[in-house]
Amino acid sequence: MPEVIKKIAIRLRVNAKEHAVEVEPRLLLVELLRETLDLTGTHVGCDTTYCGACTVLLNGAAVKSCTMFAVQADGAEITTVEGLEKDGELHPVQKAFGEAYGLQCGYCTPGLMLSTVQLLAQNQKPGEKDIRKAIAGNTCRCTGYQNIFKAIQLAAQNSKGA
Amino acid sequence: MYPRAFHYHRAKSLEEAAVLLGQLGEDAKLLAGGQSLIPLMKLRFANPRHLIDLNFVSGTSYIKDEGGLLRLGALTRHAEIEASPAAAKIPILHDCAAGIADVQVRNRGTIGGSLAEADPSGDWAVVLMTLATEVHCLRVKGQRMVPLGDFIKDAYTTALAHDELVREVAIRIPGEGSGGAYLAFKRAAPVYPTASAAVQLTMEDNVCKEVAIALGCVGLTAIRAKDAESCLRGKAITEQTLAAAVDAAKAASDPQPDMRGSADYKRALVGALVRRVMAIAVRRARGEEVEAGHLYA
Repeated sequence: MPEVIKKIAIRLRVNAKEHAVEVEPRLLLVELLRETLDLTGTHVGCDTTYCGACTVLLNGAAVKSCTMFAVQADGAEITTVEGLEKDGELHPVQKAFGEAYGLQCGYCTPGLMLSTVQLLAQNQKPGEKDIRKAIAGNTCRCTGYQNIFKAIQLAAQNSKGA
Repeated sequence: MYPRAFHYHRAKSLEEAAVLLGQLGEDAKLLAGGQSLIPLMKLRFANPRHLIDLNFVSGTSYIKDEGGLLRLGALTRHAEIEASPAAAKIPILHDCAAGIADVQVRNRGTIGGSLAEADPSGDWAVVLMTLATEVHCLRVKGQRMVPLGDFIKDAYTTALAHDELVREVAIRIPGEGSGGAYLAFKRAAPVYPTASAAVQLTMEDNVCKEVAIALGCVGLTAIRAKDAESCLRGKAITEQTLAAAVDAAKAASDPQPDMRGSADYKRALVGALVRRVMAIAVRRARGEEVEAGHLYA
């Protein structure tokens, strides 16, 4: 008979909403978000800690949600791309990605925007090197990064004083 | 991808984690930052039946300067070391912490986890091997201190007993006139380096009084290039002594050919990296501020 694995009860806040769920220990955070909470804006790309498509904010810090178990997010505050918009108004980073055309197919975009949110929370005036370093863990296979780079510069300009 | 099912245990203290390791036996693994263990589990290279999560133990993440000894809690994240003014007293620590993988991995990965995993391509062992580093270990029977050189035994193998864990990493802060540098060459941010080199040296005028050189990704463990050090110790740093040290470092490396390059290529890379870390370390020993770290496209 297969072993019975005890489920673990966890509580977490996702995009400012409380959730109490029971999870199997091996459930990955990205799967909890996508499959249980229906927040499919967080994408699974490489599934091996490389591409950053699954990037979310864990207590404000960018993390790869394919490389964390859901049980580890117990008590944490998670922000996904769905949580960036406020009262029907896009987040300045979302607006900048739109205005600068910082995307093509859009698969990597939620992860890139969340990495940008962490960058701008720590550094309101990022230089070229700061931006490149901040998104080094996010792979885009369409754009060649130039417009993404411009979008982040624009987001930094527009976020000042925000 | 899902790992094989496992039982989850959340330790409230490191002592409790050590007790659990003893009770659960060899099928139990500790979960620190998880940035290597979780991918290994997803790929089913590692299949622990029990996972003991250390992330909810408070007081395991700290960086303290205590009388010239820098003490780092085992669960101190790379990003915390990158941002720490105390850790900046040893510039080579910043070189390493600021460039491991990418922002997301640095926000989770820990120094204790990196050392305990002993991946041949890991960064910390290479850097810390050039400094006086002690690994403080804990098990139910008691505590012990293991010098880093004795801690890393082989690829993915350390001196830790199955019921023992890393509690703290303690590093002696080098004195005046000492300079160090770490360079790791990689194809992209999230991958392991192709090769890396670290040096910590003490200069008196142009004479190299003391020097430690370590190489990464070119052997089963980080390699201390002792012959290369002998080419420089007590001597003036000239093109001649430097060339001899570079040759000795290349000879000390034992790289495997893989998708990152042939053995010859990696040996040539080791030579170039040693030359560059030496130049940076000498300038830093004179008090100059010079950038070093991970190099990628």
